[in-house]
Amino acid sequence: MNVQTIVGLEIHVQLATRTKLFCGCKLGFGDPPNSNVCPVCLGLPGTLPVMNRTAYEYAVRTALALHCQIARFTKWDRKGYYYPDLPKNYQISQYDLPLSFDGHLEIPLEDGSAKTIRILRAHLEEDAGKNLHEGLDHSRVDLNRTGTPLLEIVTQPDLSDPAECRILAEQLQRLVQYLGVSEANMQEGHMRFEPNINLHITDDDGAEYRTPICEVKNLNSFRALERSVAYEQWRQKQQWQRDHAYTQENHGKQNRGWNDDRGETVFQRAKEEAHDYRYFPEPDLVPIEMDDAWLAEIQASVCELPLARQRRFIEHYGLSAYDAGVLTAARSTAEFFDEAVAARGPAKRVANLITQQGLKIANERGCAVGQIGISAARIGQLAQLIEDGTINASAAAAVFDTMLTDQRDPETIAREHRLIQQSDAAALAVVLAEVLAAHPQAVADVKAGGKKTKKARGFLLGQVMQKTGGQANPQIVNTLLDESLQ
Amino acid sequence: MSEKLTAEQVRHVAKLARLACTDEEIAEFTEQLAAILQYVGQLEQVDTADVEPLAHCLPVHNVFRRDEVRPSLTNDQALANAPQRDGEFFAVPKVLDDASA
Ligand SMILES: [Zn+2]
Repeated sequence: MNVQTIVGLEIHVQLATRTKLFCGCKLGFGDPPNSNVCPVCLGLPGTLPVMNRTAYEYAVRTALALHCQIARFTKWDRKGYYYPDLPKNYQISQYDLPLSFDGHLEIPLEDGSAKTIRILRAHLEEDAGKNLHEGLDHSRVDLNRTGTPLLEIVTQPDLSDPAECRILAEQLQRLVQYLGVSEANMQEGHMRFEPNINLHITDDDGAEYRTPICEVKNLNSFRALERSVAYEQWRQKQQWQRDHAYTQENHGKQNRGWNDDRGETVFQRAKEEAHDYRYFPEPDLVPIEMDDAWLAEIQASVCELPLARQRRFIEHYGLSAYDAGVLTAARSTAEFFDEAVAARGPAKRVANLITQQGLKIANERGCAVGQIGISAARIGQLAQLIEDGTINASAAAAVFDTMLTDQRDPETIAREHRLIQQSDAAALAVVLAEVLAAHPQAVADVKAGGKKTKKARGFLLGQVMQKTGGQANPQIVNTLLDESLQ
Repeated sequence: MSEKLTAEQVRHVAKLARLACTDEEIAEFTEQLAAILQYVGQLEQVDTADVEPLAHCLPVHNVFRRDEVRPSLTNDQALANAPQRDGEFFAVPKVLDDASA
């Protein structure tokens, strides 16, 4: 028996505009209920929506980064929606002429390879408000979120396991954050996922089956996304094994909810009925035409994308895949790294300083690495001092800590703290000569070769380090040792 | 509309619109809706073979607003027309949240 999992993903991304999609109400999280509302987003009669230009441009910017075709002509449609959290009784969305289509996103898989996931379309639509009914005999409605701009991204069914779904979602989060079009803050529900899952099963006798496509609604974490797809894989197989008539032809599509506490999906309803959205052209909004100049302007706002940047760090600077991943997790970190390297900091040294010290401090303080008090240029200088042997790695760590509050250049700080390595070969030769004279037995052991050589040599080096207060450059001492003990 | 509108179709539409209709109302609306559809259906007699589909009836496009915050209503103003309120919220009959945008 061969079982293939087929998953397509719908992702809603909240755009980081200041205001809603069709009115000037502020987008705020945690504001008092029904405080960011106006006649337009309350759906009062006689009001007219007006499109937020920034929201449209953010949507196109994202679509370009997803390698989508950009429609030169788009229009708006009403989608029937009968819940009180969207009081117009319809959602303004896009149906047959979405603003973008036919794109793709490359995702890195856990085995180190990459996979291309095709994007069917990406379009703009408005979010609904919130219905709250826990512990009540009625529902409370808060319309602050109503009219928030959402970018709906729909993939082709190219995903084939739960991990791929999570990776795609994570890549998309990093992408929209890089592009500056969304904060993609999971805690505030800026990204929501709806996987469509079914199995293609080939039985041992060659018979082929397709289990019913199940859409899991409204997942708001990477973990819930991954777990729900894994659960559906298991559940659909179980159900088909019990009853081979559990197929798409017999059952059609269905919607399921996710119960995070129990770790399982729950049947909500058959999908046909819900599918009757009765799309209708939106007469209150005029169409949008995109000319070359405007498209070029938006294209220019697309920055280097995260995966491309990660590759550049590996190929151009020779960083490890792990370090490159850490440095490109946030655009601000990646740019800080680029800036430090541009300030003539050797790349690997800079990477170490940022990943081992800078990010640790930034995480503790909850800020970007550029805000910890050390400029990228000074990181570059510090990295140079390590590279040319002026200070060693442990001294650099101490200088780094001092630099957080001391704005002087790293070399001055190192000098003041007596952390400069002694690299003057002539001076070190004098110290070495004293050490050799004081320890004839060790010298004899080294010269004799054999088992004791290594230990004796280490001892002599240690003596030099001690005499110089730990400041001798070990590489130079080693060379001198070679020369005098030949 | 060549086919006649059925009571079943009207029930389906009523259900999608969350409207509870009696059998009498269904019969009445079936007749009324059929008449409306027949009236609008006359348009089908027009030959549109060489006519471009029209997305909007106004010869206007690209009407935008800047992304600038405008004052919202106060909470009391927002709830002034609500048949029922619960503190700062609108209060409505309990809904089961089985759909999302
Ligand atoms: Zn508003």
